[in-house]
Amino acid sequence: MSATGQAASRRRSRGVRGNETVAGWLFVAPMIAILGLFLLLPIGMALWVSLTGWDGQGSPFAAGVPFVGAANYTSLFLQEGLTREQFMISIRNNLYYVAVAVPAQTLLALGLALVVDQRWLRGRTFFRTAYYFPSVTSSVAISVVFLFLFANSGAVNALLAFLGIDGPAWFADPRGLVHLVLGGLGLADPDHPPAALADHGLFGLSWWEWLAGPSVAMTTIIMLVVWTTAGTFMLIFLAALQDVPPQLDEAALVDGATAWQRLRHVTLPMLRPALFLVVTLGLIGTWQVFDQIYVMSQGDPAGTTLTPAYLSYRTAFTDFEYGTGAAISFVLFLIIVTMTLLQRWIMRDRDVPAPRRRWWQVWRRSRS
Amino acid sequence: MVGRAVAAAALVLALAACGEGFGGGPVPQQTGPATLQVLISSSGAAETRAVTDAAQRYAAASGDTVTVIPAQDIEQQLGQALAGSAPPDVFYVDAARFADYASVGALEPYAQGLPAAGDFYPALREAFTYDGRFYCAPKDFATLALQVNEQLWARAGLGAADVPRDWAGLREVAARIRDAGIVPLVLDSTFDRIGAFMLQAGGWPVSADGKSATADSPQNLQALEYVQGLLRDGLARYPQQVDTGWAGEAFGRGMTAMTIEGNWIRGALAADYPAIGYTVHELPAGPAGPGTLSFTTCWGVSARSRFKEQAVRFVQAMTTADAQLAFARAYGVMPSIVSAREAYLREFPADAPFLAGADHARGPVNAPRMDRVISDFDSQLQRLAVADPAALLRRLQRNTTAALAR
Repeated sequence: MSATGQAASRRRSRGVRGNETVAGWLFVAPMIAILGLFLLLPIGMALWVSLTGWDGQGSPFAAGVPFVGAANYTSLFLQEGLTREQFMISIRNNLYYVAVAVPAQTLLALGLALVVDQRWLRGRTFFRTAYYFPSVTSSVAISVVFLFLFANSGAVNALLAFLGIDGPAWFADPRGLVHLVLGGLGLADPDHPPAALADHGLFGLSWWEWLAGPSVAMTTIIMLVVWTTAGTFMLIFLAALQDVPPQLDEAALVDGATAWQRLRHVTLPMLRPALFLVVTLGLIGTWQVFDQIYVMSQGDPAGTTLTPAYLSYRTAFTDFEYGTGAAISFVLFLIIVTMTLLQRWIMRDRDVPAPRRRWWQVWRRSRS
Repeated sequence: MVGRAVAAAALVLALAACGEGFGGGPVPQQTGPATLQVLISSSGAAETRAVTDAAQRYAAASGDTVTVIPAQDIEQQLGQALAGSAPPDVFYVDAARFADYASVGALEPYAQGLPAAGDFYPALREAFTYDGRFYCAPKDFATLALQVNEQLWARAGLGAADVPRDWAGLREVAARIRDAGIVPLVLDSTFDRIGAFMLQAGGWPVSADGKSATADSPQNLQALEYVQGLLRDGLARYPQQVDTGWAGEAFGRGMTAMTIEGNWIRGALAADYPAIGYTVHELPAGPAGPGTLSFTTCWGVSARSRFKEQAVRFVQAMTTADAQLAFARAYGVMPSIVSAREAYLREFPADAPFLAGADHARGPVNAPRMDRVISDFDSQLQRLAVADPAALLRRLQRNTTAALAR
């Protein structure tokens, strides 16, 4: 089509489709209204609450509610006190939680998906159902079952005792894993931490405390979450695996690639979008962990299972400091956004602008 | 585009702010038959049944409609209800949380106007007094006392005359029990137990008027050093150290000769360990005399109720001697009024040591925003055996000062 023809058709189409803009807005209007009413409006209200000293009585928009500016936020970062200390402890706990849970659940889900995708596996449907089962069960019910399993005289400790191991008091043990390992290797005494770490710190928490690692109690919650979420992520990987054209695999096979090479250079690159999705969902989900904490530990022992989401709830609803509670949730929101952007940047397709060299080209060249 | 969105959001916010029933101001009162919502945090099925039955009898007699709602998590449910300006008319308020509710104006200070206001034990009145006003009627109470396992006591060669009366006596019998190869005392690692020692030494985390922090006083230090000595010398242990969930379990399983718990241990032992033989005694006195902690709940009446008058009448009916004795029979609490003392002792003579504690008991720390300060102190107390008591108290002092200053 010539340039004038294109311009003409564009002009014409605008005339014909002028009404469609209105219709389009009409069609999405209910959704906009619902999102606005139940999402944007409450977020705006929460943002306002985070700037006030509202004590939870009556309306946060009433005349008598004090406006405190950014004081709720500064109390989380700059003012020495219990608020900042608990917030920093919750951030530390959640950092370790994310650092352990996200890789663990991703690898487990990938492994499970690769196994149940095998054609030689008998009863694949059974295994797929079995692995997915924890994900469809209520997290509260699973939490309660774990409470029984990890009780002092529960099944896990009975099993350990059978193997001759004296199991810990799982949910009552506040010791950090890193501290335990350092103490076990004789590198540092947890009761008398090295002064270089204990006397300096960041945001009111000493380096020694920052480096504690997840506590024994938190480890049990990590195990639970990895176990319950792996099923869902397995399903995502499985769907992606079934999208991988078998010809690719067969071509690699013909070229003499080993099973590991086919996995590493054919299957995994094809799974990249799924991997991005799983890691993103995992990051968001683990930063927001709430129900397991609420049911199993309520932040105990010694605050080592406190997470920002649970702390925000507790600060607002039991301490009546709704402003600080809302501020915590906005900081958590920023952390999640930052983490997701960072992860997007790390996992970006680095070699798109460069002329792409296929694995088989590289491989052939190396052989010739 | 962004600017328009912000403007729209601001408009919606303004509209919401203008909405009816969302604002403050006094609530118009209604006379005549009321529909009362009563939110309770029940200790169990027995309490729920007893309170529901009493409420139904009251409803039948008064013409009001009374709905008793057992809460799953009363703090959260109340917090939501208060924020939504639709609180229940009557609700349980734990003494440990009372100042939080009173300080934000959620409670109606009706108790000082009750005809029977002077009949409540002074320690309980104090627990529900904020800024000089007696807010709500104590429902019932429990105190801490010393429980002694008779069998282990005899095995250690001790008799009835050896029950310790003071701190020195406690150390002495504990050493004899330890030398007999028995764990002398299992004590929960919280302020709710160790605070009794602070009281016996003449200390407390806050001043009598609840306005200033007195946590780093020499009296408190003396108390913590005494408990630390018990822990270090193997004379006392925390429940976790003997692999139990709480002191009552260790006592019930016959792992310790003594424990310090409240009235609730009776029900727990009767249900789980009915075979155990034990006696109850007043806590040993400290350098500043006897002292024990009381645990109590009051009938809070919402400041935003439409039926305050009817709600107060309901509370009056629930706190008569007869009603309280019925509750005592149903779930093992002690009546909060002095005039029911004799009748209670006639029925439950073995509870005399618990009831005697009422004369020198102190409720939880009565100041707002202290809940998390105390729970932080609790987590510090878990390390009392190896920690520096003065450092623990400095930390408590700092946090208490910050909480009271706001």
